Amino acid sequence: MHNDHNLRQKLREYKRTPGSFILMMLVMLCAAVTFAVLFFLIAYILINGVPNLKPELFAWTYTSENASMMPSIINTLVITFLSLLIAVPLGIFSAIYLVEYAKRGNKFVEIIRLTTETLSGIPSIVYGLFGALFFVTTLKWGYSLLAGALTLSIMILPLIMRTTEEALKSVPDSFREGSFGLGAGKLRTVFRIVLPSAVPGILAGVILSVGRIVGETAALIYTAGAVAEVPSSVMSSGSTLAVHMYNLSREGLYMDQAYAVSVVLLLLVLVINWISGTLAKKLAKGM
Amino acid sequence: MNNTEKISISSLDLYYTDFKALKNINLKIPENKITAFIGPSGCGKSTLLKSLNRMNDLVEGCRIEGSILLDGEDIYGRMDVNLLRKRVGMVFQKPNPFPMSIYDNIAFGPRTHGIHSKAKLDDIVERSLRDAAIWDETKDRLKQNALGMSGGQQQRLCIARALAVQPEVLLMDEPTSALDPISTSKIEDLAVELKKDYTIVMVTHNMQQAARISDKTAFFLLGEIVEYGETEQIFSMPKDKRTEDYITGRFG
Repeated sequence: MHNDHNLRQKLREYKRTPGSFILMMLVMLCAAVTFAVLFFLIAYILINGVPNLKPELFAWTYTSENASMMPSIINTLVITFLSLLIAVPLGIFSAIYLVEYAKRGNKFVEIIRLTTETLSGIPSIVYGLFGALFFVTTLKWGYSLLAGALTLSIMILPLIMRTTEEALKSVPDSFREGSFGLGAGKLRTVFRIVLPSAVPGILAGVILSVGRIVGETAALIYTAGAVAEVPSSVMSSGSTLAVHMYNLSREGLYMDQAYAVSVVLLLLVLVINWISGTLAKKLAKGM
Repeated sequence: MNNTEKISISSLDLYYTDFKALKNINLKIPENKITAFIGPSGCGKSTLLKSLNRMNDLVEGCRIEGSILLDGEDIYGRMDVNLLRKRVGMVFQKPNPFPMSIYDNIAFGPRTHGIHSKAKLDDIVERSLRDAAIWDETKDRLKQNALGMSGGQQQRLCIARALAVQPEVLLMDEPTSALDPISTSKIEDLAVELKKDYTIVMVTHNMQQAARISDKTAFFLLGEIVEYGETEQIFSMPKDKRTEDYITGRFG
């Protein structure tokens, strides 16, 4: 009753300003459409995928009778881990240099900024081509998880740099002043005061990167290859879940299995986001 | 009464790139006294304060000529800037506790200077908080985040944090401008209490505050010191017409 009354009152108010009524309707409509699309997408994947999630799909080996996704799950985890291992420290330290150490208006910094901005706008197939030419051919690594992971590291590096930069910039200068004012040097100020405050923002960038790695196909097909096998080392070829899904649906013989893979992919992204989220909260509290 | 000079500034000029922010400053700041810097906005009083512990080094394009001596030693000479800032502590205009626990806020400074023993740190934390008259309010929540405190408490925490590294001089840059009257009076009482052990230099916009608690007052205008003397004299019989106009509220 109370809500109803409020709504009526609101509607009466809007009568005097039809413009804002239309605007309100428009925003509500947009929100509804966005939500509906997302809901439909997830529901569609779940409805088509869940019934196909059979235990044999998680068998250790892939055969043409049983399109197991276990090897791809392992490959995905390996590639995600390797790419982050390379790109996260590089990206964070470059951002620290740009924000905390480089002088404002420095030519070198301008060039780095321009480069990262350009890099973040390049389609992923271009990274794939570069990886194929450089890591796979020139360095003679062949199709390998390492080549794939390095290609993806280059791809997510600008993203991690940008988000870390923004996170560091949003740390108020008063924290830095307070630390310097107590006689702490640059190193201590950056690592004990500035960086911990920026952790949530940095983690947001890492989560985005994980999303891009897990969902990437174009940059991986020509670098990590499409073999559905459990890797014996980082030099062996292997397909991630997204590439695996691409293969299954391209061949057209395993559509059911492809849907099952998409459910697992969805869950994987959810789990990784949840882990990073709780990690961020823990870190923020621990400060 | 102790009347030795702690800081001696002579023919100091300070530039921000091309702008001359301080012109020929000569000032002797006595030990264990409160020296107040007053003057209208943009007159250079905060700039001078920040020169005393070289916080101006952080500002790009800032250049200094002349000398500042701390106990006879040139602070822009061979002195290590981090050690200088340990000796000359600072409290800022806006309370700026670090986003960590009350305990860690206080312990940050001592840890920076190499004290890691738990017992020693506990001791320093308690003593600093007591000296800043905030121990009773914080003793039961040392592990809580400092950002949850009120503005006035945060500022006293920042004072405690500055005291924890055992400075000789305490610079206060309008420490009460962001606070309510009750918190302001607590900080003022604290400053008077602290001058027994520390030399205090305070920038303030509030002339009554300068009159209430300072021993010496310097009046700044357009980057110059117009008049410097005993607070009583400055506020009762200023020698310069401009000082009189300012303290009687004719401008500023």
